[in-house]
Amino acid sequence: MSAAIHALTPRTLFQKIWDDHTIETSADGTCLIYIDRHLVHEVTSPQAFEGLRAAGRAVRRPDATLAVCDHNVPTSNRDKAIEDPESRIQVQTLSDNCAEFGVKLFDIFDKRQGIVHIIGPEQGFTLPGMTIVCGDSHTSTHGAFGSLAFGIGTSEVEHVLATQTLIQKPAKSMRITVDGKLGKGVYAKDMILAIIGHIGTAGGTGYVIEYGGEAVRALSMEGRMTMCNMSIEGGARAGMVAPDDTTFNYIKGRPMAPTGDVWDKAVAYWRTLKSDDGAIYDKEIVLKAEDIAPTVTWGTTPEDVLPITGHVPAPQDFKDEGKRASVERMLDYMGLKAGTKLTDVTIDKVFIGSCTNARIEDLREVAKVVGNKHVAQGVYAMVVPGSGLVKEMAEREGIADTLKAAGFDWREAGCSMCLAMNADKLNPGERCASTSNRNFEGRQGRGGRTHLMSPAMAAAAAITGKLTDVREI
Amino acid sequence: MEKFTTLSGLAAPLRMINVDTDIIIPKQFLKTIKRSGLGVHAFNDIRYNADGTPRPDFVLNKPEYAGTSILITGENFGCGSSREHAPWAILDMGIRCVIAESFADIFYNNSFKNGILPIRLPKEQVEALMKECEENSSAPLTIDLEKQTITRGNKMSFPFDVEPFRKYCLLNGLDDIGLTEVKAKTISAFEENDKNKRPWI
Repeated sequence: MSAAIHALTPRTLFQKIWDDHTIETSADGTCLIYIDRHLVHEVTSPQAFEGLRAAGRAVRRPDATLAVCDHNVPTSNRDKAIEDPESRIQVQTLSDNCAEFGVKLFDIFDKRQGIVHIIGPEQGFTLPGMTIVCGDSHTSTHGAFGSLAFGIGTSEVEHVLATQTLIQKPAKSMRITVDGKLGKGVYAKDMILAIIGHIGTAGGTGYVIEYGGEAVRALSMEGRMTMCNMSIEGGARAGMVAPDDTTFNYIKGRPMAPTGDVWDKAVAYWRTLKSDDGAIYDKEIVLKAEDIAPTVTWGTTPEDVLPITGHVPAPQDFKDEGKRASVERMLDYMGLKAGTKLTDVTIDKVFIGSCTNARIEDLREVAKVVGNKHVAQGVYAMVVPGSGLVKEMAEREGIADTLKAAGFDWREAGCSMCLAMNADKLNPGERCASTSNRNFEGRQGRGGRTHLMSPAMAAAAAITGKLTDVREI
Repeated sequence: MEKFTTLSGLAAPLRMINVDTDIIIPKQFLKTIKRSGLGVHAFNDIRYNADGTPRPDFVLNKPEYAGTSILITGENFGCGSSREHAPWAILDMGIRCVIAESFADIFYNNSFKNGILPIRLPKEQVEALMKECEENSSAPLTIDLEKQTITRGNKMSFPFDVEPFRKYCLLNGLDDIGLTEVKAKTISAFEENDKNKRPWI
């Protein structure tokens, strides 16, 4: 599209970013797009670096690439070598590759180390209007800054390392508006769980979702990141929120953020990054914040959500035959009986962490709910801060002391039991109140049973030993 | 990447919806630094018992589906994590084509990069193919990418859609990076121009 046409046609935020990054468009609509930032971690990158080496290729823009180990790292005893030999080799391989190709790395001993989607924003590496990719589906998190951020596979990681571009077709656009104000005890996590329940796990397939409305605008950056993070759980590769003063205030002064005149120029550009009046979306959904209660999942896909005041459903409650069969399987896997009150479901473990909910604000909410209460007897509750810097801040604010006194296990930063690649996992049949993003079969350990919820709800569950309405604590 | 032109092989029905990439390849197998060797671990938790013995109820463990190269399954196949280990694993177990009502975007994309053809078909056609394969598992299914058809002897024939660029790459076994590198000058020009507009990049 020419500049003249742009001036006349109202565009969505997604279209503006897309247009600013399109290098070339071919006849069938496939585009070559420029990638501004590339985050790399140890699990999905070794084969990509190996590919570069085999073809004699270099990393085109090491300055636009940032690596960190997070998926595999132990969250205790960091001073010792990683016990699992395969994990150790993978973490070492990332270090070796970064050294060889000149990529900046936050290694396991760096206090800036943490979950890739937490450190990007924390460092000011993530900025509005950028295209950001990572070999990880939760890259959608960075869309909270009004950037186009999405997960890619290892072949594409290699493509970006070599060329700083990707071959892509533009996505369709969906706007989800949440009007009104969230009630007490209701958070961004409840909002996104309710949205996924509404659109389904495949409802966003082929779309980029833009979140808006009063309830979204009122969120902090942490809350916006929680929402965008789980866009992929609704099938959308990317979620985004138009940047505003909340965004700029969060970024200003961060180590990799622009400064001086460049900062002013950047903010002026960032202020243009909002959908024009009259921009057309392929799909529009409007929800009311007042209708959203503290929400938990009961099944093994993130669309299986209910307000905490609800009861476990029965297969016959569902119209679709495929879903009915799948609900039967889920209830069996989850060890739940139809009709059980959710607040009667007892838990064994609590996991507070992950790229969805391990930022400082999340830990503050947990500490607020916990106060001077104690973790229920027989429950093991762990807190895994999202980064070394989050951990340090929480320790400074006294959050760590509150939680340790309450009986929580206070760990080092990493992905931990969100995907259980390291030693932190559920045993078969164990039930977990988790602030993470996926309740898939086996996700937190083979046979493990996951209920997704907000940090405040997970804290409440830790105290009572069962799924609990945080509004009643 | 191996070319994909035509494929004639056994097809197995996996009657599940929302098969996520954690099911296709659980996380304990992501610690590899290689692409190969994942086939034996594909579908681990639904394919093997905790003691490692095969589960007779898993479709690909049934003797009549030994040597399957085409998987037919329900909606939203490959949802969840972006792990390319998922297509690597199923490719390593011999699967070159997955037919489903729908796919998650990242898995769909990753498949093409590895010479696997993912085909979307309407629900009734997926169901018809599943039924056919259940009733007569030994008859092969033929996929012709050039003609964009799926045929089963002279009994059934369905057309399918595929984007022209993806089709071209798959038919020729082309590596995307090589194609993009040819455009290095255009990329450099873009970078130069962008530096003025967004110097913070």
